[in-house]
Amino acid sequence: MSQSNSLNQHTPLEYSTEDGRLKIFGFWVFLGAEIILFSCLFASYMVYLHRTAGGPTPDDLYDVKEFMIETFLLLTSSFTCGLGTHELRRQNKMGVIIWFIITLILGLGFVGMEIHEFVDYVGEGAKLTTSAFLTSFFTLVGTHGCHVSLGILWIIGILIQTARTGINAVTARKLFIVGLYWHFLDVVWVFIFTVVYLTGMVL
Amino acid sequence: MSNIKDYLLHDFFVTGEPMIYMADVSIVLVTIAIVVVLTYFKKWKWLWKDWLTTVDHKKIGIMYILAALAMLFRGGIDALLMRVQLSAPNLHFLDAQHYNEIFTTHGTIMILFMAMPFLIGLINVAMPLQIGARDVAFPYLNAISFWLFFVGAMLFNLSFVIGGSPDAGWTSYTPLAEKSLDPGVGENYYLLGLQLAGIGTLASGVNFAVTIIKMRAPGMTLMRMPMFTWSTLITSIIIVFAFPVLTVALAMLTIDRVFGGHFFTATAGGEPMMWANLFWIWGHPEVYIVILPAFGIFSDIISTFSGKKLFGYNVMVYSMVAISVLSFLVWVHHFFTMGSGAAVNSVFGISTMAISIPTGVKIFNWLLTMYRSRIKFTVANLWSLAFIPNFVIGGITGVMLAVAAADYQYHNSYFLIAHFHNVLIAGTVFSCFAGLTYWWPKMFGHVLNERLGKWTFWIFVIGYNICFLPQYWLGFMGMTRRTYTYASGLGWMPLNVISTVGGFLMGIGFIIMVYNIYYSARYGERDTTGDPWDGRTLEWATTSPAAEYNFATVPEVEDIDAFYDMKKKNKVKEWLNKPIKDIHMPNNSGRPIIMAGFFFVAGFGLTFEWIWLAIAGLVGVFITMVLRSFEIDNGHHIHKEEVERTEREAGRIS
Amino acid sequence: MQTDHSTTSHGHEGFPWKHVIGFILSLILTVAALWIVVSLSLSVTLTITFILILAIFQVLVQLLFFMHITEHEGAYQIIAIFFGIFLAAVFVYGSIWIIY
Repeated sequence: MSQSNSLNQHTPLEYSTEDGRLKIFGFWVFLGAEIILFSCLFASYMVYLHRTAGGPTPDDLYDVKEFMIETFLLLTSSFTCGLGTHELRRQNKMGVIIWFIITLILGLGFVGMEIHEFVDYVGEGAKLTTSAFLTSFFTLVGTHGCHVSLGILWIIGILIQTARTGINAVTARKLFIVGLYWHFLDVVWVFIFTVVYLTGMVL
Repeated sequence: MSNIKDYLLHDFFVTGEPMIYMADVSIVLVTIAIVVVLTYFKKWKWLWKDWLTTVDHKKIGIMYILAALAMLFRGGIDALLMRVQLSAPNLHFLDAQHYNEIFTTHGTIMILFMAMPFLIGLINVAMPLQIGARDVAFPYLNAISFWLFFVGAMLFNLSFVIGGSPDAGWTSYTPLAEKSLDPGVGENYYLLGLQLAGIGTLASGVNFAVTIIKMRAPGMTLMRMPMFTWSTLITSIIIVFAFPVLTVALAMLTIDRVFGGHFFTATAGGEPMMWANLFWIWGHPEVYIVILPAFGIFSDIISTFSGKKLFGYNVMVYSMVAISVLSFLVWVHHFFTMGSGAAVNSVFGISTMAISIPTGVKIFNWLLTMYRSRIKFTVANLWSLAFIPNFVIGGITGVMLAVAAADYQYHNSYFLIAHFHNVLIAGTVFSCFAGLTYWWPKMFGHVLNERLGKWTFWIFVIGYNICFLPQYWLGFMGMTRRTYTYASGLGWMPLNVISTVGGFLMGIGFIIMVYNIYYSARYGERDTTGDPWDGRTLEWATTSPAAEYNFATVPEVEDIDAFYDMKKKNKVKEWLNKPIKDIHMPNNSGRPIIMAGFFFVAGFGLTFEWIWLAIAGLVGVFITMVLRSFEIDNGHHIHKEEVERTEREAGRIS
Repeated sequence: MQTDHSTTSHGHEGFPWKHVIGFILSLILTVAALWIVVSLSLSVTLTITFILILAIFQVLVQLLFFMHITEHEGAYQIIAIFFGIFLAAVFVYGSIWIIY
């Protein structure tokens, strides 16, 4: 980590050390694995879509207003997270912290709405144990929700480190990687929005 | 009070089986023996500081291999018990339930806790050395990978004495493996043990891929990498894209069993076939995960002991790349008989046959590497030579199985059993033994005894053929997989007896190998040069065993077979005498093993469906992660004076 | 291997145009998808095809405008992500084909 490097001074801080370069690339590879993980959950959701076993159907459950708000919350948080990375590259510590805190608030709003949505569904008798369709719905959307929740805890941890030690090669790398993670979750949500909610309205 | 006693005796501990009592006793005795020996020789600190907390890829590799050998023993005992049970009709050596448990644990252990860790161990030992790196890209993560595999294996094996073993086959097909048809904790052990080990493997895959892509010595372009490194890269890519599927499949079945979901149940809209589908989306690439490193090992060994560059290096690389893509496109051939329809079966039958083309190409490459060369018949090379014809038998029968219509006859018969043992033993196990012999001096500084090695080789290879060739005929005669006994009038007994004899010969071969390890440690020839085989790749350019920092100065690569090239151009001395600088190394850490311990607690909690314990374990995992994140760990430097002293003592510089 | 210096540094001095454009695009794509479903009465197949195409564009927006996928080890990163996407498509389509 103390190693200097031959790259020019315009190289962003997160790429300035061997350690940073390895970990960022490693994280991309990991995201490749995450794509596969979610693809299997999507595959099962689509296989089980009509297997409602007499229980609630997608049409009974999904509410346009709610999932649109969820979508806009997450899209906006992806944008603010990107602005955080932008400020990171300008080495503006306050900017980074402010944008990431906004991202956190939006993320918390998303998770809160999703929990509310799940509680509503259970109240309507749509539980994980009701039918194969609901098992796959809760698993797919819940796995994404768990990822977002973990991302919130992760961002909090890294913000504390940034506040303490400022922006350096280590915190820059960590902020950049958590940013990648957050954008990736937005990508997954785009597919949940499309394949689960929008498709649920058409079928 | 009596409730607790009742629970412990009836549900918690497995009771009523003499063999399990024997296992209980031996587990207690071995544990006591280890504790006494470590205390008596005051080795606790050594064990902790040098091994349990290490992040050194070579030591992690050695631990992988030791654990894999222990698992080979366990899986081998399972195999011999099955062979005894089948050696005569209507035997009651094992009852049906016990037989179910034993074939389940045999398969699971051999694939996931023996073959894969053995190869990952060899990769850990050799790959960073082959590319001239100081360590893998993420040494700390590497330690986590190992300990996750280890606790996964331990959790799985614990089922033998606590709670009861899984009994739905290594494929754990649903709905049989669902709670309603298979109550108890056995299947939960399978799900959680594999889950933990699988996460570790995924991390290894990421780690190795990044290491190979980003950390090669200067001058080592992709097309100059040793073939074992190439095979590791391809394997890592397959791991990264296949293991998440296993993670999801296991999690889904866990949700079914523990939380009442309906993914694979026969009720409430569940689809049992989806399990087979997901399992084999992972399962077929898994086959290539355990065979490609084997191909790499054989390539390096055959090239070394033929004294020639590998024939058709480029073609070898392209064929592996082709396999890496095709391996994801053939999974249905494991369940043609499920009845997905003619179109599905045809497409996957054809893609399966297509994959035999790049594999066949490799066979010719190995043969032509040996053509007109002076072949040295060392033990490592003998395993490689035996691999070729035996593997071809397995490959050809594989193409027979790929014909979907014909598969309706072969499916789940002993023909299939013989086929996959023919590829997995002649491919993977032979390569593990070959690699072990080949890289042993690099791990421990002495060679394994060749004479004893040849005894192992001949007894094992002959035993292996005696064991599995008759099973092709048994398959044709109608003997099906997983039957625990058979009627006497079927005429199956003679071939079964022959097969059992072969099984025991393999056991004897294994015992000789273990004795060889002990014998060679005491009397084996020391390897003072670091290059006992006149090697061609960079791992032979350093000392045996390799120093903590691998290379005092990073080698520069100018051709394929970098070390051979250096020797040929008389550049070794010049390289060794380059100025030595301080070397940056990662710090050891006790956290990986502690984190894995928490994972174990979480896994055990979920297995017994004690959710509070699972949550407690996961909180522990989370805390260790946070501690790691907040830790400032810049590693340490080995000063150049110390490096020079080490190199001088090894006689490499004056 | 390849380090693309030009893309890593430019656009980060002043106003974050790249991010703002990306955000606007992602909003447009989302609203368009909803509009197709709610307001256009196309056939089910057509509707799903269109919204999937929009989702793919949405992914490209995230990868290019926010995640800087082309930076640094661009080629390898792109291979990793797109091989993943290819296999994801194979697994999803294959599973549905096999089960039904």
